[in-house]
Amino acid sequence: MEISKIIAIAISMVFINNFILSKFLGLCPFLGVSRHTKAAFSMGIAVIFVMVFSALLTSLVYAYVLVPLGIVYLRTIFFILIIAAFVQLIEMIIRKYSPALYKALGIYLPLITTNCAVLGVAILNIGEFFLPGVSVSTGILYSVIQAFFAGIGFCVALLLMSGIRERLELTDTPLSMKGIPVAFVVASIMSLAFMGFSGFSR
Amino acid sequence: MRSLIKEFSKGITTLNPTFGLILGLCPTLAVSTSLFNALGMGIAATFVLVFSNMIISSLRNFIPARIRLPAYIVIIATFVTVCELVIKAYLPALGESLGIFIPLIVVNCIIMARAEAFASRNSVLPSVFDGLGMGAGFTVGISVIAFIRELLGSGSIAGHGLLKSNEFILVMILAPGALLTMGLLIALTRLLGITKR
Repeated sequence: MEISKIIAIAISMVFINNFILSKFLGLCPFLGVSRHTKAAFSMGIAVIFVMVFSALLTSLVYAYVLVPLGIVYLRTIFFILIIAAFVQLIEMIIRKYSPALYKALGIYLPLITTNCAVLGVAILNIGEFFLPGVSVSTGILYSVIQAFFAGIGFCVALLLMSGIRERLELTDTPLSMKGIPVAFVVASIMSLAFMGFSGFSR
Repeated sequence: MRSLIKEFSKGITTLNPTFGLILGLCPTLAVSTSLFNALGMGIAATFVLVFSNMIISSLRNFIPARIRLPAYIVIIATFVTVCELVIKAYLPALGESLGIFIPLIVVNCIIMARAEAFASRNSVLPSVFDGLGMGAGFTVGISVIAFIRELLGSGSIAGHGLLKSNEFILVMILAPGALLTMGLLIALTRLLGITKR
């Protein structure tokens, strides 16, 4: 495990290949939950949490169940079930032990199951880190690190967007542009700004 | 018969998934870099929509309400896996360019939304037509975006070059172009009254 590779993953996931602004994963919550900064922050934290743990679980199941049994082609069904079951479990635990946290995160948790960023990072990890010749434990470690920074990148984009949208509410927008359309145009300009980071990769 | 046609046509006009309901955004924006990819994604999603609607509506009295979402997900994921294997076997070039977005059809909100809002409450035939209409609406939406982006961004229509290299705007086939096209098209359909806000 090299520290330089971890830094490369971090910069790539947060800035260069930001999940929302350059890979288009997780756009539905990005537009749905970015109206208020507080809700956006709760959603961002919930996504980071679910992403890290589902990346760990899916890569464990991939390496120790799907590959030995030779049923790699069933990965989509397995992964989505693992994510759905994990989200359900977390929801029940939080509801039981921390009603305050449940009130803050509650309605966002079920939404995360259908957040393509969570399934997306699990599938991308398999393609990138589980290659022949790489040890399984390294693969799992890099998967979790990549998932963590992908979540941070998601959170950063969501927070930036919610800050802008709170101010947009007060501006004078044409009627047919109000709401979602103008949010898309703002996201387009943000994505243009994030393209500037792609120079980092050389 | 008339009601079946109505179930079909609402997916293309008022309840258009792309411009009206604004669902399934990730594949719509990521795959619309060329008309060929967009049509491939549209047809794949329509296949999954029609068959998952058919199975879910025929099982609607057997699936207990409390575990309906996991049950729907398994049914949808099964058809997505079928679709993924067929594309990889017969259209490897399309599979290569759609990449991760084929397995991600599972989490396409349109399919889940139709299962929950329509197929779980209606009989088989209307559900199939609803799936066909929604799939057609999605295919039309994604193709319109792809047509505009491909023409402006790489100066061609379905792979046939039209413009000279200094006449097109590269940023239109990159991420910012997708978001801009989408925003302006939603505003346009609202302005023309095709979809309601």
